[in-house]
Amino acid sequence: MAENDNKLKLKIITPDRIFYEDEVSMVEFNTVEGEVGIYKQHIPMTMIIAPGILTITRDDEVKEAALHAGFAEVLQDRVTILAEIIEWPAEIDLDRAQEAKERAESRIRDNAPGTDMKRAELSLKRAVARINAVK
Amino acid sequence: MASMRDIKRRRGSIQSTQQITKAMKLVSTVKLQRAKQRAEQSKAYFNCMYETVTSMLAKAGNINHPYLSGGESEKKAVIVITSNRGLAGGYNSNIVKLITQGDFKKEDLRIYAIGKKGRDALYRYGYEIVEEDSGIIEEPLYIDAMALSKRILEAYSNGEFGEIYLAYTGFKNTVVHEPTLLKLLPVEPEKKEEKAEDKAGNALMNFEPEDDEALELIIPKYVTSLIYGGLIEAVASENGARMQAMDSATSNAEEMIDHLSLMYNRARQGSITQELTEIIAGANAIS
Repeated sequence: MAENDNKLKLKIITPDRIFYEDEVSMVEFNTVEGEVGIYKQHIPMTMIIAPGILTITRDDEVKEAALHAGFAEVLQDRVTILAEIIEWPAEIDLDRAQEAKERAESRIRDNAPGTDMKRAELSLKRAVARINAVK
Repeated sequence: MASMRDIKRRRGSIQSTQQITKAMKLVSTVKLQRAKQRAEQSKAYFNCMYETVTSMLAKAGNINHPYLSGGESEKKAVIVITSNRGLAGGYNSNIVKLITQGDFKKEDLRIYAIGKKGRDALYRYGYEIVEEDSGIIEEPLYIDAMALSKRILEAYSNGEFGEIYLAYTGFKNTVVHEPTLLKLLPVEPEKKEEKAEDKAGNALMNFEPEDDEALELIIPKYVTSLIYGGLIEAVASENGARMQAMDSATSNAEEMIDHLSLMYNRARQGSITQELTEIIAGANAIS
């Protein structure tokens, strides 16, 4: 089989730019239903993205990015990710993420009345994803 | 006839106004280039978003969700995108006209104003301004659109209003800008049926999680992207409109200066002739 045959076309678009576009062997990310890894010949599917790490595997080369929100459209030979927020590790401010993580944790721990728990959890998840992406 | 000094002063003042309009034209030309580029960069995202949502609705035809069927409330929310600064020709007043001369009832509307000019005008007409967010038009960020759409969708889910509209100026090209009123929610049903046929031949798309849950998550993103798109196009149109307005202001000033120069020269010639006649007449009287 030719080398190209097991590659899928990955396109990651944000509202401001085209973030990534290439042929890759596998792409992994986190959805609201759990983590998924996608190879070529996946059944057509639309998935909603949950904060987590996006891993792009292209032959031996592995790239990571922090992917926070959006959705992915998977077709047999291509994957399009419409990302609302996505960052390369180089673009992440680790200190800020660490601070945000602590803030969110203390907010969840205190559980003061009137705290938007969902929001606190989401920002915690985002901070964790950022920190993991840098590591 | 105005005196020579008056004409000269007037010409001077028009000249300095012309310098200002010329400078403003240059500034908005540069801003327009940048805004246009941004609009083009984000196009891919919106096209893809639109396709996904329509194909989703084609499948979800029989789902009964408030996002599709509309709320019960008579009230309508309108997001009005205008500019913070004037001197852009009819740019702001066209959007205001869209609201005041449309078939909306004044008491049914809840205005979410982005841009000071639109807010001020609608406030004067007596519309209810629920929220003002004029800062974001200066430099529209996706985060801003996300925050706004979150607030507005929450109010929609609480039944505060039954329909959501977006009023903005669409950017066709540098000289053509169209004031547009777009219905955000509920999502129009005709579009749904039409697309159902188009997509019938395509591969069946699965959704994870299930259809209605996915709808619940994707529609807010769809609304956000439309708001963001509206913001970006509005910025491009604003600068385009200002560029045109300033261009014609500059050429009008040029015309006035020409006219005043002619008048000034005539007045000067006239005064010389008059002095000469007086001297000759005086000399004649003596001899």
